[in-house]
Amino acid sequence: MSDMNQQMTARYKNNFLKEIEEQAEMGDWVKMCMQCGVCSGSCPTNFHSAWDHPPQELFMMIRAGKRDEVLESGSMWNCVSCYNCYVRCPRKVPITHIMHGLAEYAYRLGKAPKQQPTQFLSKTFWDNATKTGRVNEVKLTQTLYFKNGLMDGIKQAMAMQSVALGLVKAKRLNPMEAVGGGHKCKDIKGIHAMLAKARELEAQRKGRAA
Amino acid sequence: MSRGNLREGVIWIRPDTDAARETTQEMAEDYVRMACAEVKAMTVPAGNTNTGTSKTLLVVGGGMSGMTAALEASKTGYKVVLIEKTGALGGMAAKLWKRIPNREPFKAPMDNGVAELVAQIDADANIKVYLNASVVKTAGAPGRFQVDIAVESGPTVTEDIGAIIQASGFTPYDMAKLPHLGGGQANVVDQLGLETLAKAANGGPIKRADGKEVNSVVFVQCAGQRDATKEHLEYCSGHCCGTSVKQAMYFKDANPDVETVVLFTDLRMPGNNEDFYRAAQNKGIVFRKGVVSNVTGGGECKVKFKDLILNEDFTADADLVVLATGMVPTTGPDLDQLGEANRAAEGGNEEAKAQVVQMMSKSVLNLDYRQGPDVPQFKHGFNDSHFICFPYETRRTAIYAAGPVRRPMDIAQATEDATGAAMKAIQAMENAGLGKAAHPRAGDLSFPTARLEGCTQCKRCTVECPFGAIDEDERRFPLFNESRCRRCGTCMGACPVRVISFENYSVNTVGAQIKAVDIPDEFSEKPRVLILACENDAYPALDMAGMNRNEYDPYVRVIPVRCLGSVNTIWITDALNSGYDGVMLMGCKHGEQYQCHFVKGSELGRYRMSKIYDTLKGMNLEEDRLMDLEVAITDIDTLPKKINDYAKRIVEMGMSPFKGL
Repeated sequence: MSDMNQQMTARYKNNFLKEIEEQAEMGDWVKMCMQCGVCSGSCPTNFHSAWDHPPQELFMMIRAGKRDEVLESGSMWNCVSCYNCYVRCPRKVPITHIMHGLAEYAYRLGKAPKQQPTQFLSKTFWDNATKTGRVNEVKLTQTLYFKNGLMDGIKQAMAMQSVALGLVKAKRLNPMEAVGGGHKCKDIKGIHAMLAKARELEAQRKGRAA
Repeated sequence: MSRGNLREGVIWIRPDTDAARETTQEMAEDYVRMACAEVKAMTVPAGNTNTGTSKTLLVVGGGMSGMTAALEASKTGYKVVLIEKTGALGGMAAKLWKRIPNREPFKAPMDNGVAELVAQIDADANIKVYLNASVVKTAGAPGRFQVDIAVESGPTVTEDIGAIIQASGFTPYDMAKLPHLGGGQANVVDQLGLETLAKAANGGPIKRADGKEVNSVVFVQCAGQRDATKEHLEYCSGHCCGTSVKQAMYFKDANPDVETVVLFTDLRMPGNNEDFYRAAQNKGIVFRKGVVSNVTGGGECKVKFKDLILNEDFTADADLVVLATGMVPTTGPDLDQLGEANRAAEGGNEEAKAQVVQMMSKSVLNLDYRQGPDVPQFKHGFNDSHFICFPYETRRTAIYAAGPVRRPMDIAQATEDATGAAMKAIQAMENAGLGKAAHPRAGDLSFPTARLEGCTQCKRCTVECPFGAIDEDERRFPLFNESRCRRCGTCMGACPVRVISFENYSVNTVGAQIKAVDIPDEFSEKPRVLILACENDAYPALDMAGMNRNEYDPYVRVIPVRCLGSVNTIWITDALNSGYDGVMLMGCKHGEQYQCHFVKGSELGRYRMSKIYDTLKGMNLEEDRLMDLEVAITDIDTLPKKINDYAKRIVEMGMSPFKGL
């Protein structure tokens, strides 16, 4: 169990709804769901295999205090952010944001499913972008392509070859970015300081140990 | 006055072609002859002279509905006598700590409003209040009721009353009948029980009977309600979802940390209660869709339920459990059961005698009517009568039901209900004073009379009258209470010796129309079909068919009747004897989902018609010569088709052998 998970379990005991309301982004909307199911009916992913629970069921599980099932669920990681549910919800519940809020919180607690593709992309993107303050697209693509080993990476790269060449010709992709860390923000230290401050503020707001 | 319906009944339902012109002309001529014949057989109604002039309204029950009805009637200038069984006005609403909000922003419980209404009544010179009082006898008829009021520790008072509103309210369903939901166990209360606890807390933290402050509470919706097994209440009481939300707010408003869970199967939040529900969710009240299987009370209550969203069994712990039991109307004894007990008691059955006494003790109005001491009950023991058309109407003229005694409802609905009932009651008093009928034939001056020298004292009219308007005198002849009568004519249809008639509606007025129709001979290929159509639904449906230019057969002749119940079988046998090829009856739906404006008329009419098939057999006629059709006012397009189908069937059967005899 991670430190934060231990800390949160101790703080909220059995009140998982309260934990979500205070700790997950937009979690205070969970109580407003009236279980009509319009969100599930609107979801373009149709809950293929990976959706263990549709959104309104997740909300009911939160109210029922099913902490481990919710946090370990792969459901919210499958949201494609189309915002259909958010637009259609008769209670104006920001379902898309809650899905991301839940996913992020589960990750922070170390309870999110391992090797989840969406999670891998998010993590890679975050690390890539925060390192220099700019996204290094070549490196980002490389990391993603070679996620499952060398052979697989080469295969994927070959498949996307013509697209990459087109981007290079149109000066949308600079292959030189791959060497020497690519272009950077002018004030990397400043960026890092801002991120650290944001983290501090969030911890303060949510009553977490910094 | 009589009407020949030439436009909707003839011109608009026939094509304007050379081929059709002859039969259209014949049709029109027949209708003119029929109207003339009818008018000859009628006399101008003089109006009921046996009228009462009392314009005082009696309101039975001093709760929210009763007080509202009294005040509304008073505001329009009428005197009111208000009777309350207990020592104070306010009824059930006075027992509430707060009520469901009825105005913007619909977010928090608000004051029950009783004190304000009581103050208005106290200050109102038009309203006379009897507390600790009950009705011991109601005699007479609309406009001239004589009501005996027994007051605790005082002499019985008699008041002259014009019309009555019964607003006797409800009692909560006895939770002792729900042992599986913890009824009767410690710290399991019904909604009224929780109101008592909330009143005691007076806005502070709510404490249970043993003094412990409640930190967690579970509300169980539909406790003993919507019960498919029929062991408990079968219906939804409508207010309990809103009430539980309100009560959960009592806890949250006093202390937001109290855990409040509402277990529901279908949360029903009519009208602006939807906003109230949203406010409750915002306050952190948890709603879970689940069916409760078991509740145990005591120091730590446990509620076992199956969550229907997660499809999983749970047990919730709580300091207090609130059961949302339903409303049981205070409608007095069921008249059918009472009648049965009475018959047994007359036969000397001692047990039945005790039962009669017990049942009569529950009577609210103690009507001195042949048909029983109270207003007849409709579904589930509520005093309703004709839900679609006349919501406040009961089956006793000038007696109206308002509030939860009519159907389950909350305070907002009851207030509206009481206002409506007051308006109807005023209308009924005024009409009674003028010797006119109450709706649906409002303003009708005719009333039934009987030629007593021909009467065989068979009592069919007294028994069949759907409104209890006919009593029996000492010689067992029918005694009409004209002001109670709705002028449906069911008595006239029932009378086997045909001695009952109205001045402008009688066996003769319809008989003369039947005879006025020209019956072409057997070889003319022009059959004649008589249609007796209910004037409330079937006749307007035919009119509207005409307006839509829906054509139908030119050989039918339509005569409107007040109700299928007023159809005397002699009309049918006379028509068939004089050469009509078929008779169609058009009346409203009967039975449980009836649509008859006179409640029982179409049912009684149909029952009588079922006996006529023997007569047909005796006349050697096919059964299809008589056709009974259930018609609703919306059958504008289907009705002409049905008429045409029947006309075809007549052609198949061939012409009646009785022509020209």
